[in-house]
Amino acid sequence: MGTTTTFREVSASTVLCTIDDLIENAGVCALFDGPNGEEQIALYYLPAQSPSVYALNNWDPLGKANVLSRGILGSLNNTLVVASPLYKQHFSLVSGECLEDSTVKVKTYDVDVIDNKIVLQGQKEATASLSLDSPNSAA
Amino acid sequence: MLTNQMNRTKVVVVGNGMVGHHYVEQLRNLNANCEIVVIGGEPRPAYDRVHLSEYFNGKTAEDLALTTREHYEATGIQAHFGDEVLAIDREQKQVVTRGGRRFDYDKLVLATGSYPFVPPIPGNEHKRCLVYRTIDDLGAIKANAADSKIGVVIGGGLLGLECANALLNLGLEVHVIEFAPGLMGVQLDPGGSGMLRRKIEELGVSVHTSTATQKIEVLPDSDPHHLRMVFADSEEPLDTDLIVFSAGIRPYDQLARESDLRVGDRGGVVIDHHCTSSDPDIYAIGECASLGNFIYGLVAPGYRMAEAAASQLSDDKVSFTGADMSTKLKLLGVDVGAIGDSTGRADGVQEYVYSNAKEGIYKRLVVSADYSRLLGAVLVGDCTDYDMLLQYYLNEIELPEMPESLIVPSSDGAPLLGAGALPMTATVCSCLNVSKGDICASIDNGCCSVADVKSETQASTGCGGCAALLKSIVDDEMLSRGMTVNTDICEHFSYTRQDLFHLIKVGEIKSFDALIEQHGQGLGCDICKPAVASILASLWNEHVLQPEHAPLQDTNDRYMANIQKNGTYSVVPRIAGGEITPDKLIVLGEIGKQYNLYTKITGGQRIDLFGARLEELPEIWGTLSEAGFETGHAYGKALRTVKSCVGTSWCRYGQQDSTTMAIFIENRYKGLRSPHKIKSAVSGCTRECAEAQSKDFGVIATETGWNLYLGGNGGMKPRHADLFATDLDDETLIKYIDRYLMFYVRTADRLQRTSVWLDNLEGGLEYLKEVVIEDRLGLCAELEQQMENIVGTYQCEWKAAIDDPDKKKQFRQFVNSDKQDSAVVLVEERKQLRPATDEELDDNMIAKVS
Repeated sequence: MGTTTTFREVSASTVLCTIDDLIENAGVCALFDGPNGEEQIALYYLPAQSPSVYALNNWDPLGKANVLSRGILGSLNNTLVVASPLYKQHFSLVSGECLEDSTVKVKTYDVDVIDNKIVLQGQKEATASLSLDSPNSAA
Repeated sequence: MLTNQMNRTKVVVVGNGMVGHHYVEQLRNLNANCEIVVIGGEPRPAYDRVHLSEYFNGKTAEDLALTTREHYEATGIQAHFGDEVLAIDREQKQVVTRGGRRFDYDKLVLATGSYPFVPPIPGNEHKRCLVYRTIDDLGAIKANAADSKIGVVIGGGLLGLECANALLNLGLEVHVIEFAPGLMGVQLDPGGSGMLRRKIEELGVSVHTSTATQKIEVLPDSDPHHLRMVFADSEEPLDTDLIVFSAGIRPYDQLARESDLRVGDRGGVVIDHHCTSSDPDIYAIGECASLGNFIYGLVAPGYRMAEAAASQLSDDKVSFTGADMSTKLKLLGVDVGAIGDSTGRADGVQEYVYSNAKEGIYKRLVVSADYSRLLGAVLVGDCTDYDMLLQYYLNEIELPEMPESLIVPSSDGAPLLGAGALPMTATVCSCLNVSKGDICASIDNGCCSVADVKSETQASTGCGGCAALLKSIVDDEMLSRGMTVNTDICEHFSYTRQDLFHLIKVGEIKSFDALIEQHGQGLGCDICKPAVASILASLWNEHVLQPEHAPLQDTNDRYMANIQKNGTYSVVPRIAGGEITPDKLIVLGEIGKQYNLYTKITGGQRIDLFGARLEELPEIWGTLSEAGFETGHAYGKALRTVKSCVGTSWCRYGQQDSTTMAIFIENRYKGLRSPHKIKSAVSGCTRECAEAQSKDFGVIATETGWNLYLGGNGGMKPRHADLFATDLDDETLIKYIDRYLMFYVRTADRLQRTSVWLDNLEGGLEYLKEVVIEDRLGLCAELEQQMENIVGTYQCEWKAAIDDPDKKKQFRQFVNSDKQDSAVVLVEERKQLRPATDEELDDNMIAKVS
């Protein structure tokens, strides 16, 4: 890989919603008004996992609609995934990668549960380009 | 174009039975430059004579039809029915009909078939003396049976026994009179014949063998019966009400005789291997033809003749060199099979016989003098070995060391003839002429299940007798190609859907978490979760949005609407039977207007409202629910619609109140979750306006009740539904549907429609009848009880959801904002809205509509 990547913090932490807004073993969608405009963030809550909350951009790049929060959650070969409700491709909850098409990836977000609040950590912007096969080291 | 027309070969086909029709189909498929004229003596186009007796079980002339006038017309074939050909003018190359019409021909095909032989017994011309050959004959038998108590069949052959069955079904006391010493003397040896007789007599049929009828007398009106049969020797006379002659067939060769074509010693137009008669421009095929002084009285050889004759007009000429006359059938419910030299008449042959009086089974093998090859076989009472034995015979496969092991039951079971041992040329399906090679080729081309192979090769779609053999060949071939058939539903459960159903039912498991903890691994996925959700719903019928169930549902079930390409949903309220009041129509119109929804009429007689945003769904359903609408389950693997026609209430042809029945059925099964969607329809008469035969279960009204059709499908893989039961009363109809649906719900694979399920069901339709009608598995009471539970716990899912704030909450687009999804962009077309196309979005020309 060898690409050096640095990040610049462009926003502070934001509270998206509370844990009561989440649905166990399923997804919901939160709207985040960030530095790049409005973003839809799919929030998945798997109480038995650690961490228990995962976040992907809600846009399904293959189905071309804001629907990823409505997919079924599960595990494939120990990878936590959501299945697109439109054409059933699987996206990793951790990396955002599409299991069926490695050239496709959705944006992931850092979220924490703090005092029953779902907190989106500071949004970072990459200042050097990532090579395609490099894992998203933002986490 | 014009010259082409002038050069076309004029082919006139005389006779439109099964073989004549097959010839026409073959010739048309060859795309030869021909003009085809069909002239049929019967008033109707070709029909299935093999299943003629089903006419008495409720099948109509339409059900038996192989084609229609319209179909012939549409494919450019001139067809004339009910005007038989009386003469051939070989000089002028013309045929002349009874009505005086003349048709020119370049090539003439005689497919005139045969007629029933009526022995010259004095009195045989009485109007209650009948024959068994055409639909009109059957009509006459039915009419005369109406005021009869006793019926006699003269002739104890294959057709005679079929006919005896028909009379039995018409409620008559039946006698079979046979001149020879045994029944089915052509196919069976005395042992097999005796066993068959015993079994038939147990059914209440009186069999009189070695009996010659001397005359038929008419009884006076005062007598309870109409006719008296007087026999030779000292046999007692027999009084009866009708007599059906079924003493063999004779080729219909009058035309050939009168036009000086060569005719065989035992009748029939003499043909060569190209099916050409003594006139090179005249062919003869089927039962009117004689090859080597032999008349082939079965349909399969007739088809092969038709194919050979048609090929003579192409570059790829095929010969007919004779055909195997082995046959397997059910006579009066008794399995009978005869293979090759079944009676063992040749010199030096050896035999093995197994006879079991208690079970009523008789089997006989005729083998070569050195015991290495099978020459023939007789099976009575049990035909399970038929397919295997036929393969030994046809392919001259070397017999095992102890050939008796093939027919004697042993604790280890019979040694199986491995499917791998069959040569590629082996004919597996003789009805459709499919070889093992054809099956292997279809697997090479990507088929990987019995159902795939069936639809690709047509194997086993005729009589279905080769189903077991087909399955073992497919399994064997898949195995040898290293294609393992993993039936696990997914990586989380090493079980099939049917296994899971059983585990959930027996363990009374109520949630996915409990199931995966006890029987699975991992977290589950989008395959097993919806499948388990469906099973849980089929068994316990809890609300799909209950907290433990909601995350299992596919998006459509999860939001109880159908997702569309842009992430919006469509809404389909239930309109049972397609019946709706103007007031309710107005409500739908108003909702469409208020929410700017695209509206369209569906194929299932309902109205679909497209483009509802997630957050709008509860509001829309609030209005719908208030107006009395219930959810239509268009989103679920569940009962969808029961289409109907207006039946007796409006239609001048209606025979039953189909609308009321459709509404009743739809309301009974609404909400039933199943392996896949279920569609139904009820037609008020045989015109079938509701298209019931293309549904998972279809109901068609008859004069006296309802006919039930199962396993139909439209869509991607159309399948005509099978006639399952006839003339049912309301109560029995519902009982059968209850059992059928629950049996399907229990045993089908995930996302397997009833059509594919039925195709894959071992034993097929007959087995399904045994389960549903005869209760062979002793399951019926349980299936009905289960259905009662589902029916009794029905609730409109949408009404329940909008009444529950927690469920309603799940329909928010954003948990933290009331804004709408800005990516939903719509454009107007034909005065309604639709999603913008990618190009329109790229052009950025669209003003967003919200």
